[in-house]
Amino acid sequence: MREVEVGTIAAAIRDCCIEACCYLPEDVREAMVRARNDEPSELGREVLDILLENAAIASEHEVPICQDTGLAVVFIELGQDVRLVGGDFRAAVDQGVREGYAAGYLRKSVVGDPLQRVNTGDNTPAMLTVEIVPGDEVKVIVAPKGAGSENMSALAMLTPADGADGVKAFVVDRVIAAGANPCPPIIVGVGIGGTMDKAALLAKKALLRPVGRPNPQVHLAELESAILKEVNASGIGPQGLGGRYMALAVNIETAPAHIASLPVAINIQCHAARHAERVI
Amino acid sequence: MIRVDTPLSEATARQLKAGQKVLLNGVIYTGRDAAHKKLVEELELSGKMPVDLSGQIIYYVGPCPAKPGWVIGSAGPTTSYRMDPYAPRLIRAGLRGMIGKGNRSSDVARAMQEYGAVYLLALGGAGALLAQRVTKAEVVAYPELGPEAIYRLEVTDFPVIVGLDAAGRDAYEEGRRRFAAPAGAAR
Repeated sequence: MREVEVGTIAAAIRDCCIEACCYLPEDVREAMVRARNDEPSELGREVLDILLENAAIASEHEVPICQDTGLAVVFIELGQDVRLVGGDFRAAVDQGVREGYAAGYLRKSVVGDPLQRVNTGDNTPAMLTVEIVPGDEVKVIVAPKGAGSENMSALAMLTPADGADGVKAFVVDRVIAAGANPCPPIIVGVGIGGTMDKAALLAKKALLRPVGRPNPQVHLAELESAILKEVNASGIGPQGLGGRYMALAVNIETAPAHIASLPVAINIQCHAARHAERVI
Repeated sequence: MIRVDTPLSEATARQLKAGQKVLLNGVIYTGRDAAHKKLVEELELSGKMPVDLSGQIIYYVGPCPAKPGWVIGSAGPTTSYRMDPYAPRLIRAGLRGMIGKGNRSSDVARAMQEYGAVYLLALGGAGALLAQRVTKAEVVAYPELGPEAIYRLEVTDFPVIVGLDAAGRDAYEEGRRRFAAPAGAAR
């Protein structure tokens, strides 16, 4: 067994919160540059130029790309040969978020009770998912998630008869209906299969895959490309002001499903597609 | 690109046309979900609000904390439709403009046409750049709401696009129509 101090995990989470919120990942930046050079709308090109300039200002001064620094979505892949020491694991995760959001001048956007709605003041608790994996390492992924795009999520329990065409129609319909709300250009995460909750988690995880890397399975890569084409044919464009780049990518992840079910979940990510990771 | 000073007269609000690029100069107020709920509750209860919004513009934003040396933290627009249940009431009370992103309800559009108000779009996710156009920021109401408090902001050449004008024209709809692929083209 390898011993890992929970304080080390807290420190990694703190650093990832700041890095993710202030530095646009290179794959997203490159995709935005490609979109900018190909966008037929003059206003759309102007919008993309401003968003790229904004990302440059954010990284130069280490300030958040977007004021909605989101819920702290944290994925931890915990090696089964790791023994956690030095305190409570869950408390350490929240401590990392607390420190990162304070030190990085990030916005505290969490209310403690969804109906009474009083701000917790430190952006905790984290939205934590832990997976046990082989090995003796701990991988920490922080993906702060803003609500403008999160609020455009959707889920449907389709039937096997609906098939790939049904999935495509549902996703295209909901993404187009979201219009300017999720801050296009967007990345569309789609989870297909599993149970209802599994599909939703897959959709969120799909957003972590780099832009421009299709699903390795050919039929899924084809579906990604077909959905992307239809979404962009809507004319919604950057920021919804007209153009051909509403979306930069559609990422699909799948899981086995019940013989009676075809769950489909959509999770949209705005152009500030933030995530950072550390391996301990 | 035209420069517009705040507060806005009804005549100025009615002159702005969907799609126009505008640089705002002067005072604007922030307000989002929780502040809107409180404002309208107070208005219904006492007929008054803690901030006089006559002729004013509300910017739908919850800024980040200011880093040392900054007036305000990142401060881009939040999605506007969540304020739709409250906006017509505030427009009736004299609100002349709103800054946000995303579509509005037909109730909001109707109130804008009737009373002469304008809906302006700031670029979603351009929070760092927009923060640099804010020259002064102070909390003037509901400090207990943290990022959702009402701030009085002074802005210089704050870039917006007229999204929905007082005649009912919609920049989103017009932009989309211009670039939509002919039916069947991409299918």
